[in-house]
Amino acid sequence: MNPHRRHPFIRIAALVVYFFLYAPIVMLVLYSFNASRTNILFEGFIPSVGPLQMEGSLVTQSPCGAFHWFCELAKNQEVGVAARNTLTIALTSTFVSAIIGTMAALAMQRYNFRIKPFAQLSLYIPIVIPEIVMGIGVLTLFSQLFAIVNNSLGLAGDARLTLGIGTVIVSHIAFCVPFVTLVVQARLQGFDKSYEEAAMDLGANELVTFWRVTFPMILPGVLSGALLAFTLSLDDFVITFFATGPGATTLPIYVYGLLRRIITPQVNALSTIWIGLVLVAVVLLQRLQAREAK
Amino acid sequence: MKELSEFAVEMRDVVKTFKTPEGTMLNAVDHVNMNIKNGEFFSMLGSSGCGKTTSLRMMAGFEWPSEGEIYIEGQAMGHTPPFQRNVNTVFQSYALFQHMTVYQNIAFGLEMEKAPPDEIKARVGRVLDMVQLMGMEKRFPKQLSGGQQQRIALARALVKLPNVLLLDEPLGALDLKLRKEMQLELKAIQQKVGITFIYVTHDQEEALTMSDRIAVMSKGKVMQMGTPVEIYERPTSRFVAGFIGESNFLEGTVQSINGERANVLVPALMTEVTGLNTGKVKMGEKAVVCIRPEKIRISDEPVSKQNSFRGAVKTTTYIGSDTHVYVEVGKLTIKVWEQNRVSSLDPKAYYTAGQNLTLNLMPENTLILADA
Ligand SMILES: Nc1ncnc2c1ncn2[C@@H]1O[C@H](COP(=O)(O)OP(=O)(O)OP(=O)(O)O)[C@@H](O)[C@H]1O
Ligand SMILES: [Mg+2]
Repeated sequence: MNPHRRHPFIRIAALVVYFFLYAPIVMLVLYSFNASRTNILFEGFIPSVGPLQMEGSLVTQSPCGAFHWFCELAKNQEVGVAARNTLTIALTSTFVSAIIGTMAALAMQRYNFRIKPFAQLSLYIPIVIPEIVMGIGVLTLFSQLFAIVNNSLGLAGDARLTLGIGTVIVSHIAFCVPFVTLVVQARLQGFDKSYEEAAMDLGANELVTFWRVTFPMILPGVLSGALLAFTLSLDDFVITFFATGPGATTLPIYVYGLLRRIITPQVNALSTIWIGLVLVAVVLLQRLQAREAK
Repeated sequence: MKELSEFAVEMRDVVKTFKTPEGTMLNAVDHVNMNIKNGEFFSMLGSSGCGKTTSLRMMAGFEWPSEGEIYIEGQAMGHTPPFQRNVNTVFQSYALFQHMTVYQNIAFGLEMEKAPPDEIKARVGRVLDMVQLMGMEKRFPKQLSGGQQQRIALARALVKLPNVLLLDEPLGALDLKLRKEMQLELKAIQQKVGITFIYVTHDQEEALTMSDRIAVMSKGKVMQMGTPVEIYERPTSRFVAGFIGESNFLEGTVQSINGERANVLVPALMTEVTGLNTGKVKMGEKAVVCIRPEKIRISDEPVSKQNSFRGAVKTTTYIGSDTHVYVEVGKLTIKVWEQNRVSSLDPKAYYTAGQNLTLNLMPENTLILADA
């Protein structure tokens, strides 16, 4: 007899876990195809394609058919702006934090300096402290800093430094760097310094050694760190909420604003697209890690 | 014009001090002097931790001496970085670039020299031919066996045609059979290209078979430097005599010296033993008589009055080509390796315990060393 006989409880536990993990997501995706404008009951898919027709709160016909709410979303200017902001912030902060994070990981690996234990510990602080604390901290810092700068330089009107896309990017970089550093550090764990010595031995100076040998070897680590940073930045709400200002609305902030008014299936449509994107990112990440493991 | 030096590499009074994790200072290399001649196959031999790798790394430029100076082709190296030294290294771990193909690995060093592409192609082809790995250009290091990776590591360093090739236990990861093959091959390649090889090993047989000269090291110091024959036949210290091959040591005091020979009174045998005074011992000093087990002759009756001792066989070990006979003489047990010159199934042909016999130590095969 197999000593690891499966107890029925294991199967039930797995089912329960999967249900609560994925049922909300399935519901959300399903409702993005809802014929009803109100997001309360699922009234079935929008049946036919044609000029827009409505019966009360029910959409009976739409030029986009079942994808009605996705089309509505596409027409929504504000969503477009928010999406662009989100991507700008995510791409910029990913790029910058990947560079800083990698440099930090390399420095910690090769040099011994007095504050090294503290530096290592400080990597975990942004990860473990509550996000809302970080958010308030960021807000306090920037408003105080900007007030001092604005007053002392006598800036007025549009020249005044204000919260906006810049402050969001800076705070995203701040919380992404530790994640990148930790991922790259894990990759560097088994990195044998004799590869770099071999390159120098063969006539490559420090710079050439880095670009031709070190960087290609740690690239999978850097990429998975960057991808992690990207997904974190993409869906960050709390810190962005505090660091953002007028004209720098991101998608999570925008959705939150919508929800406070009415919940239309547009939100669901937006979320569905979003989930799709994140899913692609996660699959990429897994592929990378699988290749690294080989 | 560059000044030509007789020596490819020289270490002059080099010290390398490391701070240990325990906080003490350790001289991994301790006032080492070495001259390695051009075109020579030179080995550094010593047990683990004696500073071989550290010496090699200082020649390559990965470490800088704490004291003293290293000269390559007569030029003081100081803090010259590795990429400006005309030496190349074959790493024990091979350190092949995993993200590059075999071709790219070997071409790397030539690209750094900015050699023209067709020259690179020709030289890579030639060196692959030399290590017998034609047709493997497109493979990645992980798709090669350990022995093949070893050859690529060698090819990658050789293709640069350095003046000196540094090899840190390059065969350490290979199995015994492949190791023996590669020893011959390495030696053949070295003779063909005429490059100075500085070879680190802790395998004495490897050092003896391959080298023109050997430096025996211990605890950061060079104990003796010489040809394999000199090292084996004329060790200058008890350490070297015990480290290379096997030896019997008989401790005593110098009684008299006449010419090249010295007489030592060995209390455990209650008699004098005569041998070559290779250790330059003086009257009245403590000394040790040293003789290799294969150089002792067994006979029934004493061959001469000098250096012949009666003894009884304690144990024997048959090892095929030889029989190892352990003989009790006085208070000592002396080991004798007897070649099995006759083929016999009779156990008596290989000596038996309790058998009485005479051991003859020819004075010309017996060395007198200082007992340090
Ligand atoms: N970077 C370092 N920091 C501190 N101690 C070191 C360092 N490198 C080497 N040592 C010490 O120096 C001594 C000599 O080391 P080395 O690597 O030269 O030995 P080795 O002769 O090559 O030995 P093996 O045959 O085991 O490779 C050892 O005691 C080692 O612990
Ligand atoms: Mg070593």
